[in-house]
Amino acid sequence: MSYEAGARVRVKAGDPDHHTRVPRYVRGHTGVIVAAIDQWPLPDDSARGIDPPREETCYAVRFSAADLWGSGDHAVTVDLWESYLDRA
Amino acid sequence: MTGHDDLPVAARARRLEERLIAAGLTSDDEMDEFLTRLYTKASPVNGARMVARAWTDPRYRDLLLSDGDAAAKDMGFGDLSYALRIVPNTETTHNVIVCTLCSCYPVSLLGPSPGWYKSFAYRSRTVREPRTVLAEFGLELPGEVEITVWDSTSEARYMVLPVRPAGTEALGADELTALVTRNGLIGTALV
Repeated sequence: MSYEAGARVRVKAGDPDHHTRVPRYVRGHTGVIVAAIDQWPLPDDSARGIDPPREETCYAVRFSAADLWGSGDHAVTVDLWESYLDRA
Repeated sequence: MTGHDDLPVAARARRLEERLIAAGLTSDDEMDEFLTRLYTKASPVNGARMVARAWTDPRYRDLLLSDGDAAAKDMGFGDLSYALRIVPNTETTHNVIVCTLCSCYPVSLLGPSPGWYKSFAYRSRTVREPRTVLAEFGLELPGEVEITVWDSTSEARYMVLPVRPAGTEALGADELTALVTRNGLIGTALV
C-alpha cells in the first residue's frame, strides 16, 4: 500500500518496546501526506539486527500545531515510514 | 574554560569508540580519516553557494527544489550520503529545521552544527512554540507569516532556501553567497 500526496493518515499510537523513529508527540495524531521521499530500510528492523530489514517508503507528513498541542498556528512536518501509518 | 575533551559526553563517546575498536568494527585511524573527510569540506559556504545560484538561475532553482542531491552534485559537492530536501521560504511562509530525535542536519552543506541546534531546549521547543523560539533568535515574524517546522526524523536532511533580499539585483554570485548565513539555512534567521 502506498499513500498519495494529500492523503490523511493516522500515526500508530503504540509505544514499541524497541527503537523507532516515531517521535512521541505525533503518536495517535492525524496528518496529511506532503510527499513520498524515498525508500529506506525500516530503522526499527535495522536496530534489532533483523536481516534484511523491511524496506519501505518514507513520507513527509504534515501536522497542525493545534492538533498536536491544542494551541499554536504553525505546522510540523515529520518524516515517517509507511508501517508507522494507517489511512485515516 | 572547559574544553570539549573534559565533558562527560566526550568520555562516554570515547568509551564507545574503545568498545567498537575492541570488537574489530573500526580503528582510530579509520575514525580520524572519516572525521577529516567529513569536516574539511563541510561548510555553510557550500549551502550558501547553492542558494545564491538558485536566486539567479531559475532552472537551477527548479533542480534544487525537485532533486537536492543532483543540485549539490551539479555544484561539485559530490554524492551526498543523504536525501537533500529544500524548503523554500516566501513572503508569507517561513520554514525552520530541527531534529527532535537527535541533531540531524546536512553537515556537508551547513558545516558542523551549532551547539544550540543539539540542545534539548531548541529540539523540544521548536516544534511546540517556533514563533517564540525564533523571536529569541531576534527573528520576529509578522503574524500572517505561516511557520512550518521540519523535524528531520529520516535519512532526509533539510535546508531552507531563504528569500532573496530586496535591493540585491546588482550583486554577483560571490556577493550574494556572502549574504547567506548558516542560521538563514536552518531558518532561525532571514537573509
